[in-house]
Amino acid sequence: MKTYQDILAELLETIRPLAPNADQLEENSELMGNLGLDSMKVMNLLQEIEDHFDVSIPLNVLPDVRTVGDLARKIHQILSQQ
Amino acid sequence: MTLLDKFQGLRAARDQLKGLGVDPFNVVVEKILSPTEAIVNGHRVILAGTNNYLGLTFHPECIAAAEKALREEGCGTTGSRMANGNYADHLALEREFAEFYGKPYSVVFSTGYLANLALLSALPGEDDVILLDADCHASIYDGCRMSQAEVIRFRHNDMDDLGKRLRRLKSRAQRTLVVVEGIYSMLGDQAPLKAIAKVKREYGAFLMVDEAHSLGVLGETGRGLAEAEGVDAAVDFIVGTFSKSLGAIGGYCVSPHQELDILRYTARPYIFTASSSPAQIASTRVALRLLRDGNDLRKRLWANAHRFYQGLEALGCQLGPQMSPVVPILLDESREQSLRVWHDLLQRGVYVNLVMPPATPDHRCLLRCSMSAAHTEEQIDVLVETFAAVFSSHRLIPSRCVFCFVSFAPTPVRVPWL
Repeated sequence: MKTYQDILAELLETIRPLAPNADQLEENSELMGNLGLDSMKVMNLLQEIEDHFDVSIPLNVLPDVRTVGDLARKIHQILSQQ
Repeated sequence: MTLLDKFQGLRAARDQLKGLGVDPFNVVVEKILSPTEAIVNGHRVILAGTNNYLGLTFHPECIAAAEKALREEGCGTTGSRMANGNYADHLALEREFAEFYGKPYSVVFSTGYLANLALLSALPGEDDVILLDADCHASIYDGCRMSQAEVIRFRHNDMDDLGKRLRRLKSRAQRTLVVVEGIYSMLGDQAPLKAIAKVKREYGAFLMVDEAHSLGVLGETGRGLAEAEGVDAAVDFIVGTFSKSLGAIGGYCVSPHQELDILRYTARPYIFTASSSPAQIASTRVALRLLRDGNDLRKRLWANAHRFYQGLEALGCQLGPQMSPVVPILLDESREQSLRVWHDLLQRGVYVNLVMPPATPDHRCLLRCSMSAAHTEEQIDVLVETFAAVFSSHRLIPSRCVFCFVSFAPTPVRVPWL
């Protein structure tokens, strides 16, 4: 079972090549703020992340996801419910 | 920050359009002349972006039926069916839809938009799942927002992705409503419905197909993609609209499940809105009969679509993935340049839709065209010639391409960046 820290580390690695401002990438980076991703890019990025972790992230949870850490927590939650 | 400050961005974008003297999202149709011609913003134009697939908006029988209903039953119903009662014609139209599809249950709604809101807000509940194609229409997304269900997207027309997501749901797959469209409104491509029906059966999920753009367009009797693919029996809920092939306004859903009928007591977009006017229902009843008997209309529509598609292809235009009466021309141009192209087309007598990201599926601007059975071959040739002239003047295609088209050269010049 992956821990929150495992998921966060994998997330950072997945996002790094895709984010225009990757040098600012850390747990509290806002996906649509300081990383320079627009909403369409975030949606595409999410699909890659879903494949990577073999989960589906419901659209309903996205309003609560602002930072990379928020996303890691959601994925952790979904994985632990399976 | 005040209540109104959040509109600053949108206001600036709108003002920019005004500054350019072009607003493709707010044109004035000064006079509608026929299903294929109008005066728009002072220009006499051929309409090639109005989804009037069978050209029935001016059909004399539809107009006569609407006139009769208007005189006999008045302009409106002044309320919802739950409060003001069901007009006999509304119920008759529901029976006719049910019979047309060979399904026992049918409900009509005041618009196609409301049909999707009603189904998606009321059918999947708290622990259920909606699994929708990413390119689904805004009305489907809005219905999802009204629903208590978990909402998951799968990649557009990607069967591996759909299968993967159903697998991840495990036993919850049986509480899942898969939502796809017959013909997708922006790119004109069709859902791979046979494969979707198979995977849906495999996992025990339910399937809803929005046939808004495929009603009257696909299938032997015009029922849509499910009929064309021979998978009617696998579809649990078919929704559609009167506002395209049927030439009026309204929506419907048909189903083999009696629960559709129960939605009348729980679906807010059915309960809390006025029912369609008698004239709309009357013209739609006639249009449905014409659509059903309209093999010649469908043949003409597809012949027109082929002629238009091939004409644009010969110009070197980058078109949608599949031949369809919805013909998108993909532009690798900036928004400003795309606006100028659209504006020039209008000034030269061609009305199409300009669609910009994020409303487009692949981040590009597109000129969305739609064909009608009512277009003449001459009109289609004028459309293609006008596209050739405008694209050439904007250097979107080399000018020799115009010659290629006019001379029907067998090997058209292909321009990869258009």
